[in-house]
Amino acid sequence: MKYLSKVYLVLVFMVLYIPILVLMLFSFNDTSNTGALTGMSFYWYRELFRSEDTFVALKNTLILAVSSSLIATVIGTAASVGLSRMKKRYIRRAVNTVTDIPMMNPDIVTGISMMLLFVAVGTMLGLTEKLGFVTLLIAHITFSLPYVILSVMPRVREMDQSIPEAALDLGCTPLQSFFRVELPMISPGILSGLILSFTLSLDDFIISYFTTGNDFQTLPLLIYSMTKKEVKPDIYALSTLLIVAITILLLLANFSGDRDKRVKKKIAKYAKQRAE
Amino acid sequence: MRKKSFMSSLVAVPHMVWCALFIVAPLLFVIYYSFTNTEGSFTLDNLTRLSDYGDTFLLSVEMSIIATFFAFLVGYPFAYFMARQSETGRKICMILLMLPMWTNLLIRTYSMMAILDDGGFLNSVLAWIGLGPVHIVGTKGAVIFGMAYDFFPYMVLPIYTAISKIDNRLMEAAQDLGCNGRRVLTRVVLPLSKSGIISGITMVFVPSISTFYISQKLGGGTFELIGDTIERQFQVPSTYNIGAMISLVMMILILISVAVMNRFSESED
Repeated sequence: MKYLSKVYLVLVFMVLYIPILVLMLFSFNDTSNTGALTGMSFYWYRELFRSEDTFVALKNTLILAVSSSLIATVIGTAASVGLSRMKKRYIRRAVNTVTDIPMMNPDIVTGISMMLLFVAVGTMLGLTEKLGFVTLLIAHITFSLPYVILSVMPRVREMDQSIPEAALDLGCTPLQSFFRVELPMISPGILSGLILSFTLSLDDFIISYFTTGNDFQTLPLLIYSMTKKEVKPDIYALSTLLIVAITILLLLANFSGDRDKRVKKKIAKYAKQRAE
Repeated sequence: MRKKSFMSSLVAVPHMVWCALFIVAPLLFVIYYSFTNTEGSFTLDNLTRLSDYGDTFLLSVEMSIIATFFAFLVGYPFAYFMARQSETGRKICMILLMLPMWTNLLIRTYSMMAILDDGGFLNSVLAWIGLGPVHIVGTKGAVIFGMAYDFFPYMVLPIYTAISKIDNRLMEAAQDLGCNGRRVLTRVVLPLSKSGIISGITMVFVPSISTFYISQKLGGGTFELIGDTIERQFQVPSTYNIGAMISLVMMILILISVAVMNRFSESED
């Protein structure tokens, strides 16, 4: 039984990994043939780096991920602290429910709903380019917020309230007590919220697809536009580089990835809903 | 003190304003567009035109249910076996499962398409061992397989989390009391992992029913799912209204089915 279960795990992992491995292998093919290896070369990698689009998209993706995750972390942390102090339970509950909408809704609905808002507001303001970096930034902050709050909120709740009170009694101003006492105590939650929203932003395609304009392309959007055309191994090369980068990051994260946290957050959410 | 707590709860205000502007307002826009025409006047036309998309809806529901079912069928034993591995084994499995999750959906789908394509890797291998070419991309099966493949880790992880929380002594007790292996599974492990199963099903079903990339690539453009329909309506402003209506209906259907599933598990707990 023990042996059979290992065989089963290996078989499923093989199905999971064969497409990725084949893709990596064919990125080194020296022709555009995607069925048979005709020879090994770095042709498609050179081709990839010859195009400026790749670098622009990489730069855009990083700018967007850094800025959206930082802003979402600040807003979300403040919200977690504020909501936990709120006396009125119904407001707290209403805010939590609304915050979680982007997490529960299919991404395509979140994407088109924001697009409708941005287009309508853009038309009202008379803008020619209604969608672009700013709208993309707003969208990414919005879908990151529930994950930040889910990371920070438990830390705030677990915190012994008498400690900041003691700080106040000992002469701290509320601001000092927050920055010198509370913030260090909830910082692990803040850090995990930051990393989580950073990776979510890097990876997002569907919501970005609906909320960006012609002049701002991220890596997932670039991959999408490349796959719209004929099958060419330059996408394989780009994908291989991304997969290698991800693998290194994953191993660096000391065998405890953060994407897994996203799923755990969602599981915890569903569990909590049922408990209520 | 009361005043102080009111003051400090004010730091949540930016978030509340943000939610109102960028979560609530967009949804109101979806409702507004659903019940207006291109000139902006009230109409129920979009509601009546929904019947044109009934078949697409049914096809999407059917395919995503089958995909979710297969993901569960393969994923449950997978999670169960994974939970019974040694500490190191579990860690390795976890990393191997996370890597595809970290890999962009577009890349995973595209690599699957490249393998299954008519001139792709699978057909080259088949030709090499003397088997005829198989046509896979462009069939319903390919899309269903793609959905189950892409979202497989999202099925396994919640179930794995639920199973690994089960106290081993419970299974031992069941065995001591005369349960055979199958009855331990059906009477102890399955019921105790129900919350994980429901999370897993939701996390595979929702992205499957709303996908448009998987059906574009693995469906080869031969048929349309509801995600494709919505995506197409938002290419030009003249069809935003009907697109909004389809999205609204899909959203409501998903919310209802998730709520029903949650209620269903609750009533038995």
